Amino acid sequence: MNSPIQNQPINGILSQHTKPKPLNTFSAAMALGWRALLKIKHVPFQLFDVTVFPLMMTLMFTYLFGGALAGSPQEYIQYLLPGILVQTILFITVYTGVGLNTDISKGIYDRFRSMPIWPSAPVFGALLGDVLRYSIAAIMVLGLGFILGFRPQGGLLGVILAVVLVQIFASSLAWIWIIVGMLVKSPESVMTTSFLFLFPLTFASNVFVDPATMPGWLQAFVSVNPVTQLANASRGLMHGAPDISSIVWVLIATAIITAIFAPIALRMYHRER
Amino acid sequence: MNYAIETNDLRKTFGDTHAVDGISLSVAKGSVFGLLGPNGAGKTTTVRLLATLLSPSGGSARVLGHDLATEGAAIRSKVSLTGQFASVDEDLTGYENLILVSRLLGHSWRDSKQRAGELLNAFDLAEAAGRQVRTYSGGMRRRLDIAASLIITPEILFLDEPTTGLDPRSRNQVWDMVRDIAAIGTTVLLTTQYLEEADQLADRLAVIDHGKLIAEGTSRELKASVGSGTLKIHLQDPSQRLSAEALLQLVGANPAQATTEGLSIQVPDPAEAMRILQALENAGIGVAEFSLGSPSLDEVFFALTGKSQESSEAI
Ligand SMILES: Nc1ncnc2c1ncn2[C@@H]1O[C@H](COP(=O)(O)OP(=O)(O)OP(=O)(O)O)[C@@H](O)[C@H]1O
Ligand SMILES: [Mg+2]
Repeated sequence: MNSPIQNQPINGILSQHTKPKPLNTFSAAMALGWRALLKIKHVPFQLFDVTVFPLMMTLMFTYLFGGALAGSPQEYIQYLLPGILVQTILFITVYTGVGLNTDISKGIYDRFRSMPIWPSAPVFGALLGDVLRYSIAAIMVLGLGFILGFRPQGGLLGVILAVVLVQIFASSLAWIWIIVGMLVKSPESVMTTSFLFLFPLTFASNVFVDPATMPGWLQAFVSVNPVTQLANASRGLMHGAPDISSIVWVLIATAIITAIFAPIALRMYHRER
Repeated sequence: MNYAIETNDLRKTFGDTHAVDGISLSVAKGSVFGLLGPNGAGKTTTVRLLATLLSPSGGSARVLGHDLATEGAAIRSKVSLTGQFASVDEDLTGYENLILVSRLLGHSWRDSKQRAGELLNAFDLAEAAGRQVRTYSGGMRRRLDIAASLIITPEILFLDEPTTGLDPRSRNQVWDMVRDIAAIGTTVLLTTQYLEEADQLADRLAVIDHGKLIAEGTSRELKASVGSGTLKIHLQDPSQRLSAEALLQLVGANPAQATTEGLSIQVPDPAEAMRILQALENAGIGVAEFSLGSPSLDEVFFALTGKSQESSEAI
């Protein structure tokens, strides 16, 4: 390790070099998606700390309350699992904001911005990576479900369609966390702020229980909660009885959230800091 | 003269802070230019303005002939920035970081891997290539960061405090790199808090403070106004300080500043230092220790503005 830097190699590799054509936007986003994958590989913990919680909830609710809520754990998990999938993936979207916040505070953001690529490519790359992340989490949750006796009537196609629908909605939600990621100081505050919204949204929904037994005011909230609609849609697809109105509702909500928050997020991202 | 960078009354304000307060300077193509200043002088802001990461609040600048305000994309395709804080991904390995940047710059995956390998070798990082950057030392991070800026040989390389916090060996490695990069014709604009660094590397340098240009010139010109060095003397018997000062006045040396253990004197050359030490010995004033060093930034400030950094900061 004591060898001084040799002049020859640096000079050699610098001068012989030719300039490539700048990368197109799609490939740039792909390269940044590759980066997100590498992060999962090197720091698997960031995937586990948001999936372990829903996995615990699955076990706990199935065995603790399953009998009381649905007659038997076996029956309850048919109801619970499509909803848990929704909850898991929604929680993971927070990492989009956490990642962006980290990039800005660490200076990688500066490097990307000083390079001749489409300035929004890092955001889309991050979203692309997140879709892969959502898929891994979905496989974990479904895997546990099958072990516990989850048997979707809609078959593989139904399950895949449900996962895709949840991912589409999750990507729209990620825009909100991107905004939070740019507004707050530390990655930890991104987490806290986002969870403050996500906990009421996922619990005051029909993910865990049928809202029929809830007080009226709560039922009113639960019925307009997008998570309820998403859980309905996911259940319908997985069990082979698609609930068209819920699906349409989710797609419209996705479009509205994206239309409002994506332009704000991109404008804020381009703003200098 | 062909300039790589020309700024005219360049300004940037953040709220009430005039971070860059009317800087006009010209950097010749192919030269190494040093921007010297204390904490908060506006070095980073200047570099970020020139690398198009910030937009100016006033004034104008041309970088490689392109207008800073309207031709940002053209500038970005020709310059590289190594920021003050390592702009590499700590979760990724060194190899993966370079592949990512190379790929984003438009190299194919295959070329990117090859390029990353070449750069890691040249920057003495081959052994650490497969390790996550979070395990790297400060010097290794710096080298990786500079390597990432050289994937495509830039026409201008901005280096913001490339050696702050590095040990002497790593600092020398970075200095050698900067010389190599300059040798192939790339213009280098580096910022530093150390006069010695600017002296070692830069053809010309500018001293800035509070966003304003205080002095500009070659290192030789600047030193002429400051003196080439500072002789620091620790006396065996500190109570002899007054007689030592009197003696120095007698032999015609520059005025001495009192320090806790003895004296500090600006000297124009090493011969003057020898002469002073000889005079002290002849007079029987024992010297416990002495050192001859480059003037510190504070001493440059003192010489240029007549006030020390601390007192100027209070204004
Ligand atoms: N984004 C910002 N918002 C508000 N003030 C800022 C911002 N960036 C810099 N400043 C202020 O502008 C001044 C110049 O800062 P700058 O970072 O350019 O100094 P510097 O010479 O790089 O200092 P250092 O040696 O500490 O890196 C400081 O007073 C700093 O607080
Ligand atoms: Mg700085």
